[in-house]
Amino acid sequence: MTTTQPPQTEQPAKPPPGRRTRRRPGDLVFENSARLSGVLILVILAAVAVFLLVQALPALSENQGNFLTDTEWAPSGDAPSFGVAALVFGTLLAAVLALVIATPVAVGIALFISHYAPRRLASLLGYVVDLLAAIPSVVYGLWGITWLMPQIGPFFEGLNRYLGFIPIFAGPVASPPRTILTASIVLAVMILPIVTAVAREVFLKTPTMHEEAALALGATRWEMIRMAVLPFGRSGVISAAMLGLGRALGETMAVAMVLSPGLLIDFFLLQAGHHQTIAALIALQFPEASTLQVSALIAAGLVLFAITLVVNMAARYIVSRRKEFTE
Amino acid sequence: MSTLTTPPAAPGAGVSLLSRSLPRWAPAATLAGSAAVVAAVLVAVGAFGLAQWTVLSVLLFAVTITAASASVEGGRRAKDRLVTTLVYVCFGLAMIPLVSVLWTTVQNGVLRLDPYFLQTSMRNVLARDDAGGAYHAIMGTLIVTGWATVISVPVGLMTAIYLVEYGRGRLAQAITFFVDVMTGIPSIVAGLFIAALWLQLFGAGNFMGFAGSCALSVLMIPVVVRSSEEMLKLVPNELREASYALGVPKWRTIVKVVLPTSIAGVTTGVMIAIARIIGETAPLLVTAGFTDSINFNAFDSRMITLPVYVYRQISQGGQIPFERAWAAALTLIVIVMALNLLARLVSRIFAPRTGR
Repeated sequence: MTTTQPPQTEQPAKPPPGRRTRRRPGDLVFENSARLSGVLILVILAAVAVFLLVQALPALSENQGNFLTDTEWAPSGDAPSFGVAALVFGTLLAAVLALVIATPVAVGIALFISHYAPRRLASLLGYVVDLLAAIPSVVYGLWGITWLMPQIGPFFEGLNRYLGFIPIFAGPVASPPRTILTASIVLAVMILPIVTAVAREVFLKTPTMHEEAALALGATRWEMIRMAVLPFGRSGVISAAMLGLGRALGETMAVAMVLSPGLLIDFFLLQAGHHQTIAALIALQFPEASTLQVSALIAAGLVLFAITLVVNMAARYIVSRRKEFTE
Repeated sequence: MSTLTTPPAAPGAGVSLLSRSLPRWAPAATLAGSAAVVAAVLVAVGAFGLAQWTVLSVLLFAVTITAASASVEGGRRAKDRLVTTLVYVCFGLAMIPLVSVLWTTVQNGVLRLDPYFLQTSMRNVLARDDAGGAYHAIMGTLIVTGWATVISVPVGLMTAIYLVEYGRGRLAQAITFFVDVMTGIPSIVAGLFIAALWLQLFGAGNFMGFAGSCALSVLMIPVVVRSSEEMLKLVPNELREASYALGVPKWRTIVKVVLPTSIAGVTTGVMIAIARIIGETAPLLVTAGFTDSINFNAFDSRMITLPVYVYRQISQGGQIPFERAWAAALTLIVIVMALNLLARLVSRIFAPRTGR
């Protein structure tokens, strides 16, 4: 997937010193335009941070509240006051819940494709799971409203009735269930393909010798997986989960369409109007926002950018470290 | 190793080399049995439903097969059977959303998807009117995605060429790392970036299709770089060396030898990247805005795309906008699936021939 080491192409031998070293103009132009494209990517990434910061400053300087610790979001009027605490909490809660739901299932699917399904079927199944990734997020939002919410409502009722003594499942259960848990389930479905794809790749790379050695010692298939495949794939699964987390943090439309927003910091998963994510807030408010509101939303976007940047860099770091150990 | 010399136990001496195991048909029979039992019980109680039936059958199956295996084959095999069941259940779980997403889309989408819908815009159509279509959104999708492709493919491809053919040292490492990081940028942040840039350049309220294309290319470039890089690496070095040996300059080697060899893979990668960004909603909402009219000019005034159209219709509420949203969603999925299939086809037909 990711390569940090330079590619293996051979450079043509340099002409010996003393001979003509003038380079062909075509080569110079081509190489420099290629390099320019590469540098352009770095420039874009830097520009993302810079422009978000520049456009966020007006709102930040007029903010009467504390941007990082306040929970209310009222960036208009004479005394604009807004903070991202509740939004960051909602964003993390939705993403982490999605991750908790998706990761075990994704590992199961990856194992199914790599070690259980018949060889012929496996690649087809991999393709089918990839199809899930090709479906646009707005369609998932529609699906969440139309199909999932009617199905999940009774299930939430049951959850509340039998497990209601656990605080997170406390009632009253929202109906229709436009709650953070519903949004997280939709998010879980959306990140399933990427987590599965990465985990599957790692599991398929398990050294066959390890597997055969385990089987030759009389291990059952599960014991073989536990002794050979899972230890080998652990860091891969962790980084897959982190990539999924990054995806879930930034997912916008599905949350915007499913979740009924609120700005509280609590863990009542079955109640509507308690949580909101940064991305969904931006999508909902941006089209009709005033200048100051736009600036405040951009500030919130900057926070989201920082969070996903940290998560993704951590994931890449784990991947690259694994490479050093195993290859 | 003295054991080698001891004679093996005589056959039929009561020692079997095989441990006792359940017959091969045991899982299938148990599954059928538990399905039947659960169905009978549910019907007797009067609470039969597809969901309850499936869940309870699978539960009963898992318990029965594990218990049977534990009594006949021992604990280790029983655990193995339990895990096998779990893994199959995981896969079944993943099929539920896939099947239901496709099913609901087709079921609701065909209600309104007809030539009229594809050829009419929403201009002068009220939300609840039994009229209007998505022509302007389809055109907007094609134009915005087209411009995004025009920007992303040269930049992405040249970067990939730099990384594979020229890249050494710090700069190449930094680019590789940040391309990976860029893959993880949330789409809404990409949209906000362009919105902020446009705010800086043109002032407030300047929505246009091209801004949307720029936002989409921020998302598309890293995907193109990644896939093209993989494909360029597949080109055998012997081809490059043969070309150098004939005195061909490096840039002509790349243009005339490396690129033609890998063009199929690169095309596939580009198509998959297009399929990825064509469904983006959030970045377009904040850069290209939305409109009810047809607009062919990407550099002037608002422009709507299919995903934004879906979102707009849903937020208006009511039955007819709801049907319009599904019809547009179906159109979008058909386009995305067609692109994906085409990409697979291209890569299969023109697969790079490595080696001999």
